[in-house]
Amino acid sequence: MTVSGDVPAAGLRWLETLTGSSGLSDSAPRSVRVADAPLGAEVARFIAVVPDPDNRFPRARAGEVGLDEALGVARQVRRTIAEDAQRRPRALIALVDVTSQAYGRREELLGIHLAGAAAVDAYASARLAGHPLIALLVGKAISGGFLTHGYQANRILALDAPEVLVHAMSKQAAARVTRRTVEELEQLGERIAPMAYDIRSYAKLGLLHRLIGGVSAASPGPADLERVRAELIAAVADARAGARDLSVRLTSAAALAGRAASVAVRRRLAEQWDAP
Amino acid sequence: MSTAAERERWLARPSFIELCARERARAILDPGSFRELAGPFDRLKSPWLPLQGVVAQADDGVVIARGSIDGQPAVVGSIEGVYQGGSIGEVSGAKLAGALELALRDCERGRPVRPVLLLETGGVRLQEANLGLAAIAEVHAAIVALRRHVPVVAVVAGLVGCFGGMSLAAALCSRVIVTRQARLGMNGPEVIEQEAGLAELDASDRALIWSLMGGEQRYATGFADVIVEDDAEAIAGEVRRAFAAAATTPRSEQVEALIARLAAIDAAHPPDPGALRALWARRRGQ
Repeated sequence: MTVSGDVPAAGLRWLETLTGSSGLSDSAPRSVRVADAPLGAEVARFIAVVPDPDNRFPRARAGEVGLDEALGVARQVRRTIAEDAQRRPRALIALVDVTSQAYGRREELLGIHLAGAAAVDAYASARLAGHPLIALLVGKAISGGFLTHGYQANRILALDAPEVLVHAMSKQAAARVTRRTVEELEQLGERIAPMAYDIRSYAKLGLLHRLIGGVSAASPGPADLERVRAELIAAVADARAGARDLSVRLTSAAALAGRAASVAVRRRLAEQWDAP
Repeated sequence: MSTAAERERWLARPSFIELCARERARAILDPGSFRELAGPFDRLKSPWLPLQGVVAQADDGVVIARGSIDGQPAVVGSIEGVYQGGSIGEVSGAKLAGALELALRDCERGRPVRPVLLLETGGVRLQEANLGLAAIAEVHAAIVALRRHVPVVAVVAGLVGCFGGMSLAAALCSRVIVTRQARLGMNGPEVIEQEAGLAELDASDRALIWSLMGGEQRYATGFADVIVEDDAEAIAGEVRRAFAAAATTPRSEQVEALIARLAAIDAAHPPDPGALRALWARRRGQ
């Protein structure tokens, strides 16, 4: 599968690199890929959402998370929870390269908000059931795409590469909505960290567990693969040893600076929670 | 035709939609039990808006209130739709997530707290982009965890509606209460028109918008559990009833049923909203 020309999308490229499989499954649309592969001493399940130019929903052909994608992810995650109910929960690795959620009239009519919630619910439930849930950002992690595929992870890892972007809205759309030029948006991002798109700015917010430098996102070689695999193994071990909630995102040194208000609000709420 | 007495009663009912976020929370809680946390005098403002020339409001547009519902401890998170379109920034998002996390902590200690979300929001506040998105992910996480202990109840009354990542938050709740004035959808009509073009959706066509994502349509097709008039007392009554109701499987857990009904849709020739009502006539549970 290719987006344009013959360069596969980053999610698929990394799925193939890490698992040796294209991840096609009879139980998922072509845009949802799932494969099991060894990761250290255990076997992990890798999930990617990839572009499908023949997607039956035209607004979900370029790597967006649409109705079928969100529900497809939800099914794969729920099956993993069910399969592991009586054994040690497998690690789930979400390989993230999603341009956004699908924007369309059909999507709204048919309730893409519920499909998206089903994916969020499945991932959060897996995490609460003890599955180490790791998001590896290898491309775009935008808006509802990221919320439904990756943002429930108890550890978020990202490649330190220019094509790895995190935001609430694509650059072009955000420029139109806020009536700014793309250049103005980029300048704002340099001054205001949460407005930036690049992964190094995102890392300053304290939400990332690891920023993995020196790895080619576009054409990973054997050394890149080993490096990323080692990071994933360490993140899985860390997740197994830690809490099943997202509290790690508020306790890192980076978070205490980058999300100071998030921490302060919670402290105030806790102080006032019980009546004096 | 309604009688004069009925018209009189209709005109006299206290509108919920016309209330500000604070008064909405007060209307949901038992009389006299409202107590605001992290309120305007705590001055927890957005650190990011002033950097962009926007005046920051002292409560960041979210009211968190403790109190009781039917005598049981409760917490209400109420979004002010008038302030920045009800958008979720770092502070407003942390207030919602933090309140739900504390309710979860109490539930885990065997002290159930009834959580209610009054959702009037366009989703992420673009001026705080990544911190708004992160907070919404934390709201999602808290709802899923909390829902195992106690029903989490969402009210979408209007007029802003509930969009973006917060529409997923509504869909994660145990019970969704809407009015006819409500809209519930992932992408706001303006954003769809902008991204996909006028041929995809004319955002100025109000009848079309409400036919797709209005409260009545969402109720009729199973995306909401209760539809209620814009009446503060009636809405508070439905919230109380939601906590008294028997537990059902949350709709966002019913993945196979959702896949089956979506698979039966012809994506090239989707049904119109009326036809969808016939296909997806509302049903709850399994």
